[in-house]
Amino acid sequence: MLRISCPYCGTRDEVEFHCGGEAHIVRPEPAVNDREWANYLFHRKNTKGIHLERWCHVFGCGQWFHIARDTVTHEVHAVYEMTESPPELLR
Amino acid sequence: MKGYSTLSLIRNALGGHKSWRPIWRTPDLKKSYDVVIIGAGGHGLSTAYYLAKKHGIQNIAVLDKGFLGGGNSGRNTQVTRSNYFWPQSAAFFDHSLRLYENLGHDINFNVMFSQRGVLTLAHSHHELEMVRRWANAIRINGIDSELVSPSDIKEIEPLINLESRFPVLGGFIQRRAGISRHDAVAWGYARAADANGVDIIQQCEATALNIENGKVTGVETDRGRISAHKVCFAVAGHTTVLAGMAGFRVPITSMALQAMVSEPIKPCLATMLSSNVIHMYASQSDRGEIVLGGGADAYISYAQRGGIPVVEENVAALLELVPAFSSLRLNRQWAGITDITPDTTPIMGKTPVQNLYMSGGWGTGGYKAIPAGGDTMAHTIAHDEPHPLIADFGLDRFETGALIDEGAASGVAH
Ligand SMILES: Cc1cc2nc3c(=O)[nH]c(=O)nc-3n(C[C@H](O)[C@H](O)[C@H](O)COP(=O)(O)OP(=O)(O)OC[C@H]3O[C@@H](n4cnc5c(N)ncnc54)[C@H](O)[C@@H]3O)c2cc1C
Ligand SMILES: [Zn+2]
Repeated sequence: MLRISCPYCGTRDEVEFHCGGEAHIVRPEPAVNDREWANYLFHRKNTKGIHLERWCHVFGCGQWFHIARDTVTHEVHAVYEMTESPPELLR
Repeated sequence: MKGYSTLSLIRNALGGHKSWRPIWRTPDLKKSYDVVIIGAGGHGLSTAYYLAKKHGIQNIAVLDKGFLGGGNSGRNTQVTRSNYFWPQSAAFFDHSLRLYENLGHDINFNVMFSQRGVLTLAHSHHELEMVRRWANAIRINGIDSELVSPSDIKEIEPLINLESRFPVLGGFIQRRAGISRHDAVAWGYARAADANGVDIIQQCEATALNIENGKVTGVETDRGRISAHKVCFAVAGHTTVLAGMAGFRVPITSMALQAMVSEPIKPCLATMLSSNVIHMYASQSDRGEIVLGGGADAYISYAQRGGIPVVEENVAALLELVPAFSSLRLNRQWAGITDITPDTTPIMGKTPVQNLYMSGGWGTGGYKAIPAGGDTMAHTIAHDEPHPLIADFGLDRFETGALIDEGAASGVAH
């Protein structure tokens, strides 16, 4: 069971949250080719190691935020707000 | 390879079982192979077997960083069915089911295939409509499926509670669907591949791919470099990692999928019982355990273990449907890392790198595909051209947009 620290409510159990997948995906200009578009729509980093991702505290404050989580150990290395960029060390 | 037969069983039983021999060799790693397959799960092993047997390529190595069959091929719930919605999936998975029907004979290894049927339930009028559409699509695909009423369901599965929180309003059954013994499938293909000259190299991890001018030339491993004319990877949850070594991206999310078994009891569950809405499926193993599973833990994981909330959800769903099971104890629970694609259709065939092939994206449902996966990948590797049954399963579909969305059409985990 993950324990996640919502920046607004504090540490809660994983069941209160919804994982929204990879963070910081940038939507390309509509004119890009099919490869770029597939890259944006479907291809994912799916990192084995530290992954930057979005979570929503659905059964709490309802806010979205970012976490940096190790996908092997499940250790959460950083929690940061929706408008923030990831901590320098984890980029 | 010494064939197994009733006679050999009797002879060994009378001899106190002292003369059974290891069923595959432990060969030394050679410097070079015609084909190197990374991943000794069901898919890697069956691909090697069909390459050697049907295409006459014998200088093949199958590498595994752990032990053969120790990945998802030894962790799944063994459901084999072909009740898919889209024609491409139906054709492919029914080819696999037909190969399963004769597999024990083909590889001379008892895989204990038991065609007891998969019973899919519907819990609302809307779902019943969708289930009818699905069941009819299956028939149009030329595959058996029968709609069943609540009273039929009660007759097939007397322990079921039709008045559960989400009442059972009907469903359909594919009677040819079955379960088999997953270890036997991995071991049987390993033994048959070995007998055809394939080197199975366990405890050998691929760490990098050698690529020159867009063409693969070898594999770096923790036991040195191997040069290879062709390379194929079939590494389940690690598909993204291997694609990364080759320098291309894949549309995959790796998630932990769990399963669990109860203590063994007398036969009481006839079919594989499955519900999309409450996201649970269960069957009874030949040992008598109730085997159950459901959805994956819904975030990326390479940890090969799952969380307790999903166990609770699966068990709660099962107990709603079969309240009598509430007195059972769970004996074991485990997880495997599944590589899930956006349309839950596998990604098979050629890759952006020449002479490099992939069989991945099997997600939560690739056990049933092991025979057909191996058969079609072997053809693809031998001819450098996708087998017609998997022509639509290529990585390029995410650029063309020709997805085969089984996730929406028929999706339940397994
Ligand atoms: C709990 C659970 C239940 C399931 N239930 C069903 C079901 O009922 N029906 C169904 O059809 N499917 C089911 N599946 C899915 C099915 O198990 C898989 O799709 C299938 O086994 C995949 O086979 P594979 O050979 O591709 O992978 P695996 O059997 O996982 O083999 C891949 C191998 O690659 C090796 N490997 C990885 N990286 C490297 C490397 N760098 N170098 C060397 N070796 C490497 C691994 O050690 C592993 O042995 C289930 C899966 C799980 C986890
Ligand atoms: Zn909160």
